[in-house]
Amino acid sequence: MSTKVLEFERPIVELEGKIKELKHLSGGSREMAQEIERLEEKARQLQKERFASLTPWEQVQLAKHPDRPYTLDYIGEITTDFMELRGDRAFADDPAIVGGLCRFDGRTVMIIGHQKGRNTKENLYRNFGMARPEGYRKAQRLMRLAEQFGHPILCFIDTAGAYPGLGAEERGQSEAIASSLELLARLTVPTISVVIGEGGSGGALAIGLTDRILMLEHAVYSVISPRGCASILWKDPEAEQTAAAQLKMTSHDLQSLGICDEIIPEAVGGAHRGLTSTAAALAEALRKHIDELCALDADALVAQRYEKYRRIGHLERE
Amino acid sequence: MAWWRRKKQQLETQTPEEKVSVPKGVWSKCEACGEITYTEELIANLRVCPVCGHHAPMPTAERIEAMLDEGTWEEHDTDLRSGDPLSFADQKPYSQRLEKALRTAGPRDAFRSGVGTMAGVPVSVGFFAFEFMGGSMGSVVGEKVTCVFERALELHRPAVVFSASGGARMQEGVLSLMQMAKTSAARGRLRAAGLPYISVVLHPTTGGVAASFATLGDLIIAEPKALVGFAGPRVIMQTIGQELPKGFQRAEFLLEHGMVDRIVSRLEMREQLGLMLQLLGTKPKTDQPAAQ
Repeated sequence: MSTKVLEFERPIVELEGKIKELKHLSGGSREMAQEIERLEEKARQLQKERFASLTPWEQVQLAKHPDRPYTLDYIGEITTDFMELRGDRAFADDPAIVGGLCRFDGRTVMIIGHQKGRNTKENLYRNFGMARPEGYRKAQRLMRLAEQFGHPILCFIDTAGAYPGLGAEERGQSEAIASSLELLARLTVPTISVVIGEGGSGGALAIGLTDRILMLEHAVYSVISPRGCASILWKDPEAEQTAAAQLKMTSHDLQSLGICDEIIPEAVGGAHRGLTSTAAALAEALRKHIDELCALDADALVAQRYEKYRRIGHLERE
Repeated sequence: MAWWRRKKQQLETQTPEEKVSVPKGVWSKCEACGEITYTEELIANLRVCPVCGHHAPMPTAERIEAMLDEGTWEEHDTDLRSGDPLSFADQKPYSQRLEKALRTAGPRDAFRSGVGTMAGVPVSVGFFAFEFMGGSMGSVVGEKVTCVFERALELHRPAVVFSASGGARMQEGVLSLMQMAKTSAARGRLRAAGLPYISVVLHPTTGGVAASFATLGDLIIAEPKALVGFAGPRVIMQTIGQELPKGFQRAEFLLEHGMVDRIVSRLEMREQLGLMLQLLGTKPKTDQPAAQ
């Protein structure tokens, strides 16, 4: 059950509550059952319509919804034998990024993803999914490991950004992200990233320079948070709703900009209202892309990946 | 007012066009020690204060002249202009900001790329132009940086990039973010080919530029007191809710924390870079296509 209900979710949640109440009161009577079914259909329809026309700001809120499934939720749904691997072998283990080997669709794959916490205690442990340099260095280590043994790599992106802290700077946050990018660009195994929630700037991209970029329907991906952008360009953090629209950060925006390769449909009302069906759609897309990429040899993979990023950008010539 | 806007205005007063119109004999005051110097003398000294050694901001045109051997600079990619792919507008439309920058900043975007020699060593080289929208990296900057690396590969010579940037250009949204990916991938090809790349970090280098090719140099060289970091000091202060230690993220701090190889004065930069490139050398060219 929801712990937080967004403004635009309210009418639907209320209707669902009423249906539930009615079900309880009806005591299984046949006439009522028909009425309940009709109401349920109405609720579904209402939800579908509402969620088909979300504003960019509503999409941002949904992407950050505290009930939204996180990396470990999807790992639990679509893989077996997940073996978490930890530590960067240099300084620490960063719980804001999780990673490990597992079985997916009959293959061994490496999964690496940002991990947010479900409550305050977990969030303190996970640092709200904002990784420090050791998180990115752990990710690099796991990527090399996967490459060494020829396993595909799946990256789940869900972070507000890399952590902007004192220690993070002292230990080279910039270098950790930069070297992740260079490493990803030359990996000889298939790589796929999926933005499952928030794709926040360099901290997201550091595990996102992949052969394919997929996005869940209500995920967002941006160069800066709407709030950060608003406080710099509008000089008013409260202008974040406007900034969210200007930044063109929804999955559909990213697809039309030629960056997102495929949008994965979520359960009606968002992934948090239907983890199983969302995870199933995710698994199906991943299966298809892994199969396609595994058919390519290493040289072709690396060359195609280079070309993919080489042509991103909007240039005019004088 | 945002920090990068202030910086820009400060730099605008020193663009080459305006400099010409400044009458001789005008004095400049050192930001660090307050020493008054003839502007002309200061420029001749590469805008390094003769008393305290403070490195004042330097217009890109002057830097290019100072860093390359006389008469060897040949600029490339000059036809590239930024568009407005997102039709972005904050308090002012991006297209207007671009127009204004084109009118006043001097450089045609926030990066100038080309070839030349540095203390006798042929290089493929690029310079961030901080005076153009705070040196922010949009599609054009990303493309030009990529060209610096690709040209180095093509000509089989080292690459040198002088960075000074507030980071990715927000007005081009996620396209700017992806320039980090594009440039880092291009840099990787150079490494695979055994060609050296020296990253020179200037004041200030932050955000997406710091978190991509600027920290991927085989050698990373900083100008004295240059501020280099992922997040700007203000963001960090807001996050942790306390004052930052003195000298935080400055070149000397970076040296102490193992993030840069050397701090080199602007007055010795060209000779030092030339020497470093000679010492590094390049792997002989193979007939195989550039390793990916």
